[in-house]
Formats: sequence, structure tokens, C-alpha cells
Amino acid sequence: MTDNTANTASDGPMLAADGTTLKSSLNRALRRQKLRALMLIAPLLIFVLLTFIAPIADMLFRSVENQIVSETLPRTTAALADWDATGDTAPPEPVFKDLYEDMFIAKERKLHTRLGSRLNYELTGVSSLFRKSGRKVEDMGEVYQDQFEDLNKFWKKGENWNVLMGTSSWLAAQNAWDKASKTAQPTLEIKPEIAALLPQTAQMFTLFAEFVQVDENDNLAKEDPWAIVYSALYDDLTAGANVAGYSGEGAAELQEAAAAVSSFETVDFTAAFTKIDKDWASVDVWRTLQVYSPEFTAGYFLNAVDMQKTIDGPEMRPENEQLYLKLFVRTLFMSLVITGSCILLGYPVGFILANLPARTANLLMILVLLPFWTSLLVRTSAWKVMLQQQGVVNDTLVWLGVVADDSRLALINNQTGTIIAMTHILLPFMILPLYSVMKTIPPSYLRAAKSLGATNWTAFWRVYFPQSVPGIGAGSILVFILSIGYYITPEIVGGTTGTFISNRIAYHISSSLNWGLAAALGAILLAVVLGLYWAYDRIVGIDNVKLGG
Amino acid sequence: MNTSSNDAAFVEFERVQKSYDGEALVVKDLNLSLPKGEFLTMLGPSGSGKTTCLMMLAGFETATHGDIRLDGKSINNIPPHKRGIGMVFQNYALFPHMTVAENLSFPLEVRKIGKSEREEKVKRALDMVQMGDFAGRRPAQLSGGQQQRIALSRALVFEPELVLMDEPLGALDKQLRETLQFEITNLAHDLGITTVYVTHDQTEALTMSDRVAVFDDGRIQQLAPPDQLYEAPENSFVAQFIGENNTLEGVVKEINNDRALVQLDGGGLIDAKPVNVSKVGERTRVSIRPERVEYNKDRLSADAHTLNAEVLEFIYMGDIFRTRLRVAGRDDFVIKTRNAPDQVRLKPGQQIEIGWLAEDCRALDA
Ligand SMILES: Nc1ncnc2c1ncn2[C@@H]1O[C@H](COP(=O)(O)OP(=O)(O)OP(=O)(O)O)[C@@H](O)[C@H]1O
Ligand SMILES: [Mg+2]
Repeated sequence: MTDNTANTASDGPMLAADGTTLKSSLNRALRRQKLRALMLIAPLLIFVLLTFIAPIADMLFRSVENQIVSETLPRTTAALADWDATGDTAPPEPVFKDLYEDMFIAKERKLHTRLGSRLNYELTGVSSLFRKSGRKVEDMGEVYQDQFEDLNKFWKKGENWNVLMGTSSWLAAQNAWDKASKTAQPTLEIKPEIAALLPQTAQMFTLFAEFVQVDENDNLAKEDPWAIVYSALYDDLTAGANVAGYSGEGAAELQEAAAAVSSFETVDFTAAFTKIDKDWASVDVWRTLQVYSPEFTAGYFLNAVDMQKTIDGPEMRPENEQLYLKLFVRTLFMSLVITGSCILLGYPVGFILANLPARTANLLMILVLLPFWTSLLVRTSAWKVMLQQQGVVNDTLVWLGVVADDSRLALINNQTGTIIAMTHILLPFMILPLYSVMKTIPPSYLRAAKSLGATNWTAFWRVYFPQSVPGIGAGSILVFILSIGYYITPEIVGGTTGTFISNRIAYHISSSLNWGLAAALGAILLAVVLGLYWAYDRIVGIDNVKLGG
Repeated sequence: MNTSSNDAAFVEFERVQKSYDGEALVVKDLNLSLPKGEFLTMLGPSGSGKTTCLMMLAGFETATHGDIRLDGKSINNIPPHKRGIGMVFQNYALFPHMTVAENLSFPLEVRKIGKSEREEKVKRALDMVQMGDFAGRRPAQLSGGQQQRIALSRALVFEPELVLMDEPLGALDKQLRETLQFEITNLAHDLGITTVYVTHDQTEALTMSDRVAVFDDGRIQQLAPPDQLYEAPENSFVAQFIGENNTLEGVVKEINNDRALVQLDGGGLIDAKPVNVSKVGERTRVSIRPERVEYNKDRLSADAHTLNAEVLEFIYMGDIFRTRLRVAGRDDFVIKTRNAPDQVRLKPGQQIEIGWLAEDCRALDA
């Protein structure tokens, strides 16, 4: 007496009326439907991509992005690549010279303080070091500038430099340019023979010209070159540039200078920087610079788990600087406790709601939903009033004689406060899925269990409870994920021991402006949530999550 | 099973009343007793209180008044799980998160029966309903009929002496229903179980039961074996409710012992057996089954009263002919005749005379 479904499977794929396989003609029929469906959801899809996926992608990028170091100090970071950081001596003089040039340009562009704050996350003191050095770096190379200018007045004037460096066609255009005309300045074109003869000078002058012409929009003819242009010229000339072979404008002055440079007073950049701050002589600063010179770094992530980069690879920070791991553990632990208390408090409520007559259930449901209609801030602040030492709860306990007046409970500005307030705030998110799942469990199951001989408890535990698990799952995921990223409530009632990782993220975003670290913390949080979600799927099965019938 | 105490009441309702809201009585003065091994069906229109009675017996509702006894002991204060009553629900109520085998082993587990014995009993119970191959399936993977079988074997697996079934076949199609009706009665009789079965399908009630209790308005209108119920309804509700029935209204004109002469409202005199009438002048409703009406004068006794009738409609139904007549001013008088070779096929418009044996026509309450 078994229901036998006769299976008349024939060999080979089924054919549709026109001879194509049934499968392909079905696919064809479905494709247009799918396309139409896709077009209907396209606006939302784009919206979600722009407002959800893109920010997350940006955050993930920020958590590893580190271009600021190599962009601000391109020469220094390149030179540092060869430096052996394991030793205990600062890098050699050429690196200091590169630092001088980078610093000079950064200072002109006002970028050095930004880099200083960035590196200060990794090594405290770098910020002030950079600010101080930036102020003094301008004077450092003036030794060469003064000597060139003393040698010949020719070197003093910006226009002479233009004549020396620029092509004649550009020069004509530049001289004809009028700032008032509001047109763009003709971009400097270096003479090819000069570029070959004085490569460093040409490079520095180009940078200078670009800065003046584009960043400042000043007339290049009226500006005197940077000190680093002079030091570059000194370098080119001492490097043995064959000025004798040059016959263009300024050839005489060049030859004169080439003859004179050998007797020039030189600058010791190592000493100069060390004079500004002796930190430049210590390897720590240089190690930090070297470690953070790549364009992408794991540094924020290491920071976010209380580790730091050292020359020996990542290692834990000293005990007294550790913060984030503890916060992560606390966040997870407290979220679990909150989820647990939501289950304990919400389950009976859901059960009662699901088993009451519709009218009463609706009334109670309004009470459950009531908190949604009140501002979150108001509710949280109300808890502050309720839970403080002289608050309603403590007063009642004292009045009842449960606690003595002089040993009132500390219920706020600690973990207890956060747990109480957040359980209250997140409770509806547990009750609603529980209710909607329980609503679909017919009372006849309980009756059946009892008629089969189960006591009330056994019937509940073996028959009702397993069927309500999807509701618990859905509620728990909701509450847990919401609480893991909660910010306002712990901020208000959490004090120092009851705050979450999200409060730290908010701090880094709005106060310390360390967005990279905030992004790394956020990314870890995201990974933890996804990991837990995955674990939940493996253990319970995500199909077992039900938000309703 | 033990049949020695066959006539001693096994289940007894004594003056049981039930009200849900304190205003209306859903069950009014229910008295019922059934012996061990009996298959009793509660039949009645929707809302007549059948489920309520069953729930009181199972312990899910408490009687507001009266006593319910099981095997001589009052069970009013015994909680449902201690009553040891098997129950089959209308929607089967198989636990969806357990396999078929787990469903069946549940009542054994809560009775703390050992594993090997449990497995053996489960297997036996499944084989009993020919579902041995489905032990590992979830209820959702079974068809309605299969689920019904599992529900039945789950109610029987712990060997209860009393099984209650509330419209267990209500959701199944006709053919499957008939097969299962047969299976259920066979099982119940083979195992000697006392069964209380609720249905509002009268064919089901008549074919399956030892006795049928017809419910209406919170009371048992008649409690009798199927044949009596059909042939000797005790009041006009039962006559109307069970099977097809022709009703004619009138006043008692003469009455003696087992014969009453009734003057019909629509004109005409007929003979009837007095059931609920005792005095001349009382109003009555006479009830006659369609197949007991005779229009062949030769087959009626000479002194029988007859009525004139006009054929309105003739319906050929294969095994029988169903003919609708106008009799005593009513258009809904139906007669059924067997499709025999010598049977006359009446034509619409034809005038005939009809009559019947006085004992087939029952004069009931008005
Ligand atoms: N839990 C309840 N609360 C209030 N009234 C109820 C309840 N259950 C049933 N009733 C009422 O009691 C009356 C009898 O109901 P019951 O379920 O016993 O009828 P039934 O004979 O089983 O009908 P059906 O054939 O439709 O199942 C109905 O009028 C119904 O409205
Ligand atoms: Mg019912």
C-alpha cells in the first residue's frame, strides 16, 4: 500500500516541439523574464551598490592603504630600501640628502605635517619631529644658494634661470603670458641639452616650476628658485657635468660655476638634521619610515589587534599599550550576554503573545513595539536616570532593604549598565521573529505530545521548543549583529568598562582622525560577523532561520 | 484482547456539560457509555460539539459539570498525559522536526521503554500500516495518506486501550478515504481497541462503526447501530441527517398500537408507524426512505392508503433510478428503484399512485 510514483524516464534529454532540447527552450523562455526582473530591481541594485558596497569597499581599501609615505617622501623611501634596519646606525648621508629634498618639497606643499600625524600613529613623537624639521629645512640648503649668488648675480634672478633652463619657444610664450588674462601659464619645457647636462637640476627646477605655475599660479619669471634647485646644481656640477660642451644661454655662467664649485663650502645634511632634532640620529624613526614605505600596509590591522610592525616582523605591543583585543573580546562577550538575556526575556513573551487570543495579543504587541516609537537617545538616557546610584532602581532596592544605603549598586557606567540598557533596546528584535515563528506552530502539536504521554515540560522541550529554534536563531542573529556594532548606548551608559569596539572606531573617525585604524577595526568586526554567520550556518543551518511563517 | 468485560462500560459520560464562555452550553447533558472494544462514531453537523466531547475525554478541555469515567475511574482530575489515550488529529499533528521513526518512538521514550524494545515496537507499528519503508522520512516528505497512516500508527504504538480520532480522513480524497476507513476498522477490531471516532461524513459513520452517536445542538439525538439509525430514526433530525429521506407534514387522525393514520397538510391520508406521537390531533412529520416507496399497486396490501403523484424528473444513475415526484403539494419527494430488467422507467408528466408498508413510514416529532 505504498504510494508508487511511476517513473517513466526515457533515455536522452527531452525534446521540445521544435526539436531543440527542452532545457534550452525553457532557458530561452526564462531569460526574458529574468531580464525584466533585473530591470525592475536595477534602481535598488544601483542604490545598494553606491551606498552600501562602495563604502565598505572604500573602508577595506583605507584599512590597508599607505601611499602617503611614499608619495610625500619618494626619494627617501626609495633610498631607504637598501638600508639595513637591523643595525644600530642611522642611514648614510645620501639618504639624509634625499630626506632634505623630500622634506623641502613637502614643506612647500604643506604636506609634511599630514605625514607626521600619519606616522605618529606608529611612533609617538614623529608628528612634532616633522613639524619642527619642516620649519628649519628651508634654511638648510641655503648655503649653496648663497654661494652661487655670491659667485654671480646671474643666479639670483628667476628670469635668468628660465633662460638657462627653458626652450626659447616656451620662453617667448611665458614672457607674453599675462596673469590678468586668466589663461593657463605655458608649461615649462626644459631644453634637451640642459636636461642631459644637468639632470638633477632639471628635475628639481621642473618640480619648482610646476609648483609655482600650477599650485600657486604665480608668474614663473618673477619667482626665485628653491634652495634645492641650487643644491641640485651643485650636485650636477660636482658630479662632473661636461659644461664645456654646452653653448646655449648662460653657458658662460655655468662654466664659471663649474670651475668654482670645487671650492664651495658643503653642507652635512646628517649633521643638519641631527641638529634640528637628535631623533634623526636614532634608528627608530628611520625604521618606522622604512617599515611604512610600501604603498600598502598591514600596519593598521596589526594595530587593531594590538600588534606592531618591527624589523623582526609583527609582534605584540607591550602589555600596557594593549587595548583593542580586549575590546574585541569584551564586545563579543557582552553581545553574547545581551543575546542570551534577550532570549531569556523574549522567549516567554513571544510564547504568550503567540498563544493569546488575537485581540489581547495585538494589544501586548503594541507594548512590545512601543519602544520603537521613542527616540533611542531618550530611552538610553532614561536608563541613566533609572540606574544611577541615587536612581529609581537603587532607591527601590534600598527601600526594600535588599541593599544597604551605603552600598548602593553600581548599575551604570559599567558593563552592567550597558547590558541592561541594550537588552531592553534590542528585545523587540528578539520577540518579533520568535512571535512570528511561534505563531505558526499549531497548538495541536502540544496536545498530540501530551496525548502520547509527555508531561507539559517534555511536550514543550521535545516538541515545541525545537520548532521555535528557527525563531531563536533569527532573533539571535539580529540581536547579536546589532549589538556587536552598537555605539550610542554603550557610549552613554557604558562608562569606561562598558564600551564596545564601535566606540573606539567612532573615536578614531571623529577625534583622532586615524581613519585607517578605524577602517581596520571595522573590517575586523565585519570579518568576525561573517565568520560567526558562517559558523552558525555550519552548526545550525541558515535555512533554519525564520523571520516568520 | 480481553473481551470478558465486554458489556461493562469502559468509557462513560454522565450528565456532562460544557460551556466555553459561561453563557452558552456547547455540550448539554451528555450521557454515553461504551463497552470495551467498541467502535463508536460521533456524527453531527459542524459546531455540534463533537470535538469538544473528544477533547474532554482526552483531557484538553474540562467538563463544566458531570463526570467522565474511564474503566470505572473518574478521570476529571487526571492530566492528559496520564490518561493513556491514543489520539489521531485531523491535521495529523506529526512532529515535523522528527522522522517517522522518531515520531513513533516518542510515546515510548516518554514511557521510558528501553531502546531495543522501542525499535521493535516502532517497526511493528509501521508494518501494521504498511509503512515500514518510510521510517527515516520526515512527515513533510510524505503524502497525505501516508501521513495519516503514520499518525494512526503513532496513536497505536504505545498500545492504548482507547483511541480517539477527530475527523482523521477529512483532508483526503474519496478513494483513499474508503481504503483507509476499511484499514482503520480492521485494525481497531483486530487489536480490540475501543475507538471513538468523529466525523461529519455519514457514509463513513455508517460503514465503520459498531454504533453511531448522532450529535446535534450539544446533545446525542440517537445512539444506535448503523442499520437502526437508518431504518429506525428516533426523531426527524436523525431521519433527515442520515441518508436520503422524504418528509411529509401532517396531523395524526387516528392512532392504535403500531398504526397511525396521518392527514397530510398537502392533502391525502397515509399509514405510518407512530414513533414520537401518542395522541390524536398531534402534529407530526412522517419520514419515508426513497427506496421503500412502492408505485406498483400489486405489491401493496389491499387496504394500504396511497397518494397520487406526478413524475417530475427521472434520473438514470446506473445501478439505480432516481425519480422526483410531486406528492401532497411538495416537489421534493424522491423515490429510488433498482435497475432491474423488469423495472419500469417512469416518464416525466406521468401520473402514478404511491404507497408503502406502514412500518417503513415513521411518524416522528414535528
Ligand atoms: N476553544 C473554544 N472557545 C470557545 N468556543 C469554542 C471553542 N471550541 C469550540 N467552541 C464552540 O463550541 C461549539 C462546538 O465546537 P466543536 O469544535 O466541538 O464542534 P464540532 O462538532 O467538532 O464541529 P466540526 O464538525 O466543525 O469540527 C462551536 O459552536 C464552537 O464555536
Ligand atoms: Mg471538530
